Amino acid sequence: MKKHSIDISVIFNIAIRAIKANKMRSILTSLGIIIGVAAVIVMLAIGNGAQKSIQNEMKSMGANIMMIRSGVATSGGVRGGFGSQPTMKLSDGNAIEEKISKIKSAAPVLSEGAQIIYANTNWSTNITGTDNRYFEIKEWAIDYGRSFVETDVKNATKVAILGQTVVNELFGDVDPLNRTIRIKGVPFVVIGVLEKRGENGMGQDQDDAVFIPISTAQKKLMGVSFPDQVHMVMLQAIDSQSTYTSQDEIRALLRQRHNLGANKDDDFIIMNLTQMMEMMENSTKIMTILLGSIASISLLVGGIGIMNIMLVSVTERTREIGIRMAIGARSWDIRRQFLMESLVLSFIGGLIGVIIGIIGSFIISASGAMTTELSLFYVILPFSFSGLVGLFFGYFPAYKASLLNPINALRYE
Amino acid sequence: MSLIELKNICKSYPLGDGELPILKNINLQIKNGEFVAIMGPSGSGKSTLMNILGCLDKPSSGQYLLDHKNIESLSSDELADIRNQMIGFVFQGFNLLSRTSAVENVELPMVYSGVDKTERRRKAEKALIDVGLKERMYHQPNQLSGGQQQRVAIARAIVNEAPIIFADEPTGNLDTKMSVEIMHLFQQLNRDLKRTIILVTHEEDIARFADRIIHIVDGEISIDEKVMH
Repeated sequence: MKKHSIDISVIFNIAIRAIKANKMRSILTSLGIIIGVAAVIVMLAIGNGAQKSIQNEMKSMGANIMMIRSGVATSGGVRGGFGSQPTMKLSDGNAIEEKISKIKSAAPVLSEGAQIIYANTNWSTNITGTDNRYFEIKEWAIDYGRSFVETDVKNATKVAILGQTVVNELFGDVDPLNRTIRIKGVPFVVIGVLEKRGENGMGQDQDDAVFIPISTAQKKLMGVSFPDQVHMVMLQAIDSQSTYTSQDEIRALLRQRHNLGANKDDDFIIMNLTQMMEMMENSTKIMTILLGSIASISLLVGGIGIMNIMLVSVTERTREIGIRMAIGARSWDIRRQFLMESLVLSFIGGLIGVIIGIIGSFIISASGAMTTELSLFYVILPFSFSGLVGLFFGYFPAYKASLLNPINALRYE
Repeated sequence: MSLIELKNICKSYPLGDGELPILKNINLQIKNGEFVAIMGPSGSGKSTLMNILGCLDKPSSGQYLLDHKNIESLSSDELADIRNQMIGFVFQGFNLLSRTSAVENVELPMVYSGVDKTERRRKAEKALIDVGLKERMYHQPNQLSGGQQQRVAIARAIVNEAPIIFADEPTGNLDTKMSVEIMHLFQQLNRDLKRTIILVTHEEDIARFADRIIHIVDGEISIDEKVMH
């Protein structure tokens, strides 16, 4: 008595027929899986997007960056906040760059907001006094024109390099090179335009900026408390590790240069941006995992929904099971039939969930509320998870069906 | 040569502290090609006997040889195979799958014996023609009369070329005219296709269509008679 294995397509057709017979119920059952899969995809896309934007931010910020700002002034018990007591000098930065081997480069920054005018157009933007080291650290190239030359800084010439947004707002289609703009009434010649950079992670337009030589800013444009003042010094360490390990050396050097006695507080603040970014990256990673896990719970709940309906289905179809058994279905045949049904339910749910999840991610991105980033892996993962859920939660009802006694099943009303 | 041989078959069900005996020491032989009716009032144990004969249930004690094979030692999956290959069932309540066409219902036993799709359809259609349902092959059970549904069930019982057909009160839900038609169909299957038919009924007129009547009373065979036609 030879027994062949049953065509899987037959089992599949039985499942499709059973699912079609109860359309509304099948849709409601799949809904749990649909919502679960869509939620997992959207949540992972959001977490991924956050991670991506931090990575972009790190890239635009430059690698291995630290900032040193003037410290906190305290007068009569009132603490003034960062920079309220100007202490940092251009020469401080140069000394750090020269004496501390872990620091590759130190760019001065002296900046303020100002109105600029070209012909009869005006625009308010941020003016930064610095030198070429700033662009090197940020890996920000000149699109056309030139960058600063030594004489610009030495002689405090009135030249300016513009960001793309400023060019668009002031000049429109006119070539800005060698045109004269007025910053706070002082004429500057445009010598170069920077490459477009876009928004940083905080949503600030990085191209909305004007750069002038640091010496010009100090001597001719901005009010300074002492001749060599800068707002901050941007440092680039030789590697990520050095942003941590160089801090003590920098601190000692600056305390010495600022003549701070042992009983005095620092009058400067070292900020390790690389460290901050790494921490943010780590926390978004944790957030992604957290969001994904919470969404997976809904997928699990959807699985329980499938199990529930499959148990109902087995009970309803007790007689059918009895007929099939009497006619010669083995217990494995019965089990496969119900397993296939729950698998099809969960796969249909998973497929619709994937579509909704992808559309949802695009809508969230397009609405500008959050950036989302889809990846193939994060779509396949919840989809295959939905299949596992169907298999897992379908097994018990299928097993139950296969254990039925054919005589009792046939008598079942 | 006996196709079916029962030796000292007993079947009892647990009841309270003791046991309720349903079948007591049944000895029975049925030859290949016989048309046998098992008769008895309700509660006599004829349905239990039928379940054991049909390999749906196992006896408490005694030996059942089906085609010289001892049923006792078989697993439930092996019993399923035996039901699939050796036995066709016809029930009082027809027991067809709803929302499934007549021809697909008839295909069902072949699904479980692994017959391929085109062969399944060909054999199912032939079986339906054999039972006189050529015109209604693609109707669903709820579009068929009781007699027609029972014909579909009979087609399903013969399609796998099983040598034995078990019919449990096959006319119980049918009117007299249809009952006679169905019984003539059984006679024809017995005569022309040489199928062994075992019929369970409590009606004398229906049992008279068979060639041999076994009367069961209180779980024991009381009379085993030949029918003169």
